[in-house]
Amino acid sequence: MLDASFYEKTDEIIEQHTREECSLIPIIQDIQAEYRYLPPELLNYVAREIGITEAKAYSVASFYENFSFEPKGKYVIKVCDGTACHVRKSIPILDRLYNDLKLSKEKATTDDMLFTLETVSCLGACGLAPVLTVNDKVYPGMTPEAATELIKKLRGEADAEN
Amino acid sequence: MGYMTIDGIEVEFTDESNVLSVIRKADIDIPTLCYHSELSVYGACRLCTVENDRGKTFASCSERPRDGMVIYTNTPRLMKYRKMILELLLSAHCRDCTTCIKSGECHLQELAHRMGVTSIGYENKKTQYPIDMSSPAIVRDPNKCILCGDCVRMCDNVQHVNAIDFAYRGTEALVTPAFDKTIAETDCVNCGQCRAVCPTGAISINTNIEVIWEALADKNVKVIAQIAPAVRVAVGDAFGLARGENVMGKIVNVMHRMGFDEVYDTAYGADLTVMEESKELLERLTSGEKLPLFTSCCPAWVSYCESHYPELVDHISTCRSPMQMFGAVMQEYYKEPKKNGGKQILSVAVMPCTAKKAEILRGESKTDGKQDVDYVLTTTELITMIKKTGIRFENLDIESSDMPFGIGSGAGIIFGNTGGVTEAVLRRLTDGHNRSDMDRIRHSGVRGEEGIKELTFPYKDREIRAAVVSGLGNADELIKRIKSGEAEYDFVEVMACHRGCVMGGGQPVQAGPRTRAARAKGLYDTDINTQIKKSNENPLTVTLYNTLLKGKEHKLLHRNME
Amino acid sequence: MQKINSRDELNRVQDRAKKQIEATSSRILICAGTGCLAGGSGLIYERLCELAKDCPQVSIEFGPEIAHGDAYKKTAAPGSAQKNVCENGEGGETAQEVDQPSVGIKKSGCHGFCEMGPLVRIEPHGILYTKVKPEDCEEIFEKTILNGELIHRLLYTQNGKEYAGQEEIPFYKKQTRLVLKNCGHIDAEHIEEYIATGGYQALAKVLHQMTPAEVVDEVSEANLRGRGGGGFQTGYKWSQVASQKETVRYVVCNGDEGDPGAFMDRSIMEGDPHKMIEGMLIAAYAVGAREGYIYVRAEYPLAIQRLKLAIAQAEECGLLGENIMGTQFGFHLHINRGAGAFVCGEGSALTASIEGKRGMPRVKPPRTVEQGLFGKPTVLNNVETFANVPMIIDDGAKWYRGIGPENSPGTKAFALTGSVKNTGLIEVPMGTSLREVIFDIGGGIKNDQEFKAVQIGGPSGGCLVEKDLDVSLDFDSLKKMGAMIGSGGLVVMDQHTCMVEVARFFMSFTQRESCGKCVPCREGTKRMLEILERIVEGNGEIEDLDRLESLADMISSTALCGLGKSAPLPVISTMKAFPEEYMEHIVDKKCRAGVCQSMKNYVIDPEKCKGCSKCARSCPASAISGQIKSPFTIDSEKCIKCGACLGNCPFGAISIEV
Repeated sequence: MLDASFYEKTDEIIEQHTREECSLIPIIQDIQAEYRYLPPELLNYVAREIGITEAKAYSVASFYENFSFEPKGKYVIKVCDGTACHVRKSIPILDRLYNDLKLSKEKATTDDMLFTLETVSCLGACGLAPVLTVNDKVYPGMTPEAATELIKKLRGEADAEN
Repeated sequence: MGYMTIDGIEVEFTDESNVLSVIRKADIDIPTLCYHSELSVYGACRLCTVENDRGKTFASCSERPRDGMVIYTNTPRLMKYRKMILELLLSAHCRDCTTCIKSGECHLQELAHRMGVTSIGYENKKTQYPIDMSSPAIVRDPNKCILCGDCVRMCDNVQHVNAIDFAYRGTEALVTPAFDKTIAETDCVNCGQCRAVCPTGAISINTNIEVIWEALADKNVKVIAQIAPAVRVAVGDAFGLARGENVMGKIVNVMHRMGFDEVYDTAYGADLTVMEESKELLERLTSGEKLPLFTSCCPAWVSYCESHYPELVDHISTCRSPMQMFGAVMQEYYKEPKKNGGKQILSVAVMPCTAKKAEILRGESKTDGKQDVDYVLTTTELITMIKKTGIRFENLDIESSDMPFGIGSGAGIIFGNTGGVTEAVLRRLTDGHNRSDMDRIRHSGVRGEEGIKELTFPYKDREIRAAVVSGLGNADELIKRIKSGEAEYDFVEVMACHRGCVMGGGQPVQAGPRTRAARAKGLYDTDINTQIKKSNENPLTVTLYNTLLKGKEHKLLHRNME
Repeated sequence: MQKINSRDELNRVQDRAKKQIEATSSRILICAGTGCLAGGSGLIYERLCELAKDCPQVSIEFGPEIAHGDAYKKTAAPGSAQKNVCENGEGGETAQEVDQPSVGIKKSGCHGFCEMGPLVRIEPHGILYTKVKPEDCEEIFEKTILNGELIHRLLYTQNGKEYAGQEEIPFYKKQTRLVLKNCGHIDAEHIEEYIATGGYQALAKVLHQMTPAEVVDEVSEANLRGRGGGGFQTGYKWSQVASQKETVRYVVCNGDEGDPGAFMDRSIMEGDPHKMIEGMLIAAYAVGAREGYIYVRAEYPLAIQRLKLAIAQAEECGLLGENIMGTQFGFHLHINRGAGAFVCGEGSALTASIEGKRGMPRVKPPRTVEQGLFGKPTVLNNVETFANVPMIIDDGAKWYRGIGPENSPGTKAFALTGSVKNTGLIEVPMGTSLREVIFDIGGGIKNDQEFKAVQIGGPSGGCLVEKDLDVSLDFDSLKKMGAMIGSGGLVVMDQHTCMVEVARFFMSFTQRESCGKCVPCREGTKRMLEILERIVEGNGEIEDLDRLESLADMISSTALCGLGKSAPLPVISTMKAFPEEYMEHIVDKKCRAGVCQSMKNYVIDPEKCKGCSKCARSCPASAISGQIKSPFTIDSEKCIKCGACLGNCPFGAISIEV
């Protein structure tokens, strides 16, 4: 059960949109931006508020790759596996990250909720291949070594904050 | 309007909205798994792909007919594609055909056979999901789903329930309630229309066949059955008889042979409903309260109203459904040791409906804490049971249903069609009973396949404004109109399934337009052949009110609303 | 920003903005496209701003800050005695009166030359500095800005020749930048900059001089074809929408550029957003739409941000909203972010997504022009198409048709990536040959390798080889070759690319992005992928080739939408062009490019091996054995091809045998 603040925030978000079916995606995008994931309770809440069924809302939210019903880590790392990045060896980078973070295709988020590792079809930064992004910041010309360094740096940043 | 050439034959088309209908009109049964004339065109299975004279291929379901079009429906190339599509579907599908409940009436199986699929060169790598048995009405087996979307469009677009929908995408797509809930956790109204359109065994009836066999074999159990009106016109064609033929007499015979002790007619229960509901209508017309009065015969409609329009629940008639009235009366009747012969009574209802399976479990379906109807068997299950016996149903003699509950009026019989309840109530409220009186009612606009019908009928010094709705989506539309003040009625008949119980979710599937029409006609023809046209003139009804029902009308015939 | 209520007012704003730009003695344009930002151009911008601020000899003019600006604004206290800090570009009139050199520092959109980023352009000299680092800023400022000297090491060189002027660089010289004209040259976050270049004059022209029908005619006359891939006649599309009975109509811009390897639309949205907005306004006027939507993929946050800003500024100026430029015409523009579904690039899936539904293509008819967004007639064009419209109106259909071939007039932007020296965003007239693009503009193959193939049109396209190099890049010629222009991605491949693996890669992409609605695409691409995976893993059988072919034929003939229909193209075209590679993989279990892991054969050169045993100890499969101090050997049966030994050998004795 989510505490009341979640619903208050969601009400605030809904107020910025119209209460109709076409607002579903923008609203849940905003919720996801707020919490870095889409709590199922809130999806159902939004569905009720804008007058669509739960099944419909779930149907839409599960269709799009960007929505996650599971909480994501503080740093969401997306490794680009678009054509250019693939040709310029993005997979070894991904493998290195899986290894460093002890993650796998099935387990995308570290237990300390610090990192979520995903692949993305193409970030459109092909000239800089291979690239990855951390919370939408692009890191160009990556190598497995640079990826390891990056993880260290992010860990350090997170530690410093705490 | 125009002509097109299909496989070298010139075919005229008029108002057909797509090429597929024209092909069917030319008597070519072009295969498809996702096309239903009742549903929106979805275009997912691609089996209906045809080729034009320039070798361009397109799906015939979604192409408009054009004058001068030249198409081919069975070129070697197309046949190869169809076979491949079926192979691909089967490659991601549970292949336990022989043990599947849908075997024999599975559309996928039939097409695979027709297209000559003999081997499947791919491994089934689809994630396996648990089978959802949570609903008393239907069973959902995602492993048999081919994602044609028929059930989703039925549940959402036609019924406005949307308990299930697609989730995820690509090969991971599946049809499911939100967040993998079970059906029982949703607003599913158990109408079973999803199952009626499902081409495979992905959605099937939650059957009670085994327990019935056991009871039939048990010497200490007296099995009493009631047969709903719509059942009798939907059994014959499974045994090679004419579509829509009323085979009540054969059903009674076969059920006796199977071991049912008594076989009664729910039309009789319907007569009781007419008596009570007419009375209730008159009371409300007098008081002017809680109008319009909504009918309560259809449990899927009652569920729908409860979840979608709780504020209107008071408007629903307090009457039990015909099945429940009958169930309660029967239980009361067999209370006497002389009548039950010291045996346990098992009350079984044979219904065209899956929602009835849920209805019998509701609190208000009990009298003194005991369920009035123990089990509901759908028409489909009855056919399965008959087939298991090997009895040549088609050759059976007819028998009349058992007394004292074996006579139903014509009014009770037509309950199975949309408008039937309204027509029966109007007959009850009419003093006359000759042919012209009946014809006047018949032509009042109460009959026909339309989803929403409106009519007015004179009653004493006023007019009764009635609406007849079938299909929950239509009910939703009508209620919106009522709530907005756009429409006003005194009486509204709602049946959750479009066209009424003859097209219920428990009826044999794959019923095309001709079958639909034949079933409706079957019931109206029976009415014509029945001497007693009005519920209040059914001698059994009259007797019952004077005997068993005396002082117990409310307890036995109305829903316990507290 | 004042409201522009008439054509005259637009002209006045344009004059003032022009003058203001001319008045600054030098302008520094720091590329702030996604590529250069990733390379650190944000820091360069900040550093240059600081330098300018601290320098008493110049007055400075800044562009408005959006992205990273708050920090700067706080430090740049306006009103210091000798500086004229101009926060939002207004009030620049005073700049010209200050009797000292002034410098404008702006963030521009993508220059296209991403390979060389971060890029800094200095005007009016047109100098382009490449691969600039924050440390270089001081020098740029001291030498170039204050003293007009060139910094040679930052200039682009090719074959030993140094290029000071951006326009002289072969990469640019061979291009015809019309749509991308402003990209890299103006500050995209500043509407006056667009107006200064003549922006919104085309809108003024249609509103005051042309009837909607005349606009449709002009666009039809120009034979502008949709840049999103299909090449459908834009004017015809517009005329169909204009002729519908239903009067509520929409204009939708498809900015869901999802093809891997394509980023033309992103660059336009980021670098010159007003151009496509103006194109949409003209379309709306032509077809009588009052509402418009721009659907941008979620992976383009900067594009979304720039578009939002552009819309806000256009609204402020009265160029969006009601009574535009004092006329009866009104138009409102909304932005929808994609949510991660490639298939939403398909028209009906895109409109479904805007409606808040699953982005699944639907059957047609009815077509989008009849019943598109919310069931209403809809003009749906992509970003580049809309960006072509203003110049057609400005300079006329006749002029436009003078560019490129008869049936595919105009230019096309391509994203040139892969194994080519100069990767980046380019624009050439339609009909330019592939050879010119790859060798003249692209500078040839990276590391002087051999050209092998180019994949055009992304996962829906095909691959072209050496013999196709002289094919003209236009809709019809490519279609004849079994490829398509697609959205314009060009991925160049050399001999180190395995074509079977490329086919597998594209198939895995389409398979992953299949919406799952129709059977051929959902199940068929999955099975094609399985077969391709089998082949690259060394488990292919000869029958697999037939299986691939028949599946491909079935899918392309029966799939529901264009994406499904074209999904098998990369497989078919690589099978056709490189049959021997498929055979090698299947029969010889060999990958000539040395890409397919399972077919790599690691060997130890006995000459180089000193017998240190480091490789054997690092081998997770215990596949390496030998005597200390004598050459070791690898048991290829046990070898799992992980490459650990290769990385660990101190003597470079281990190599991959192809």
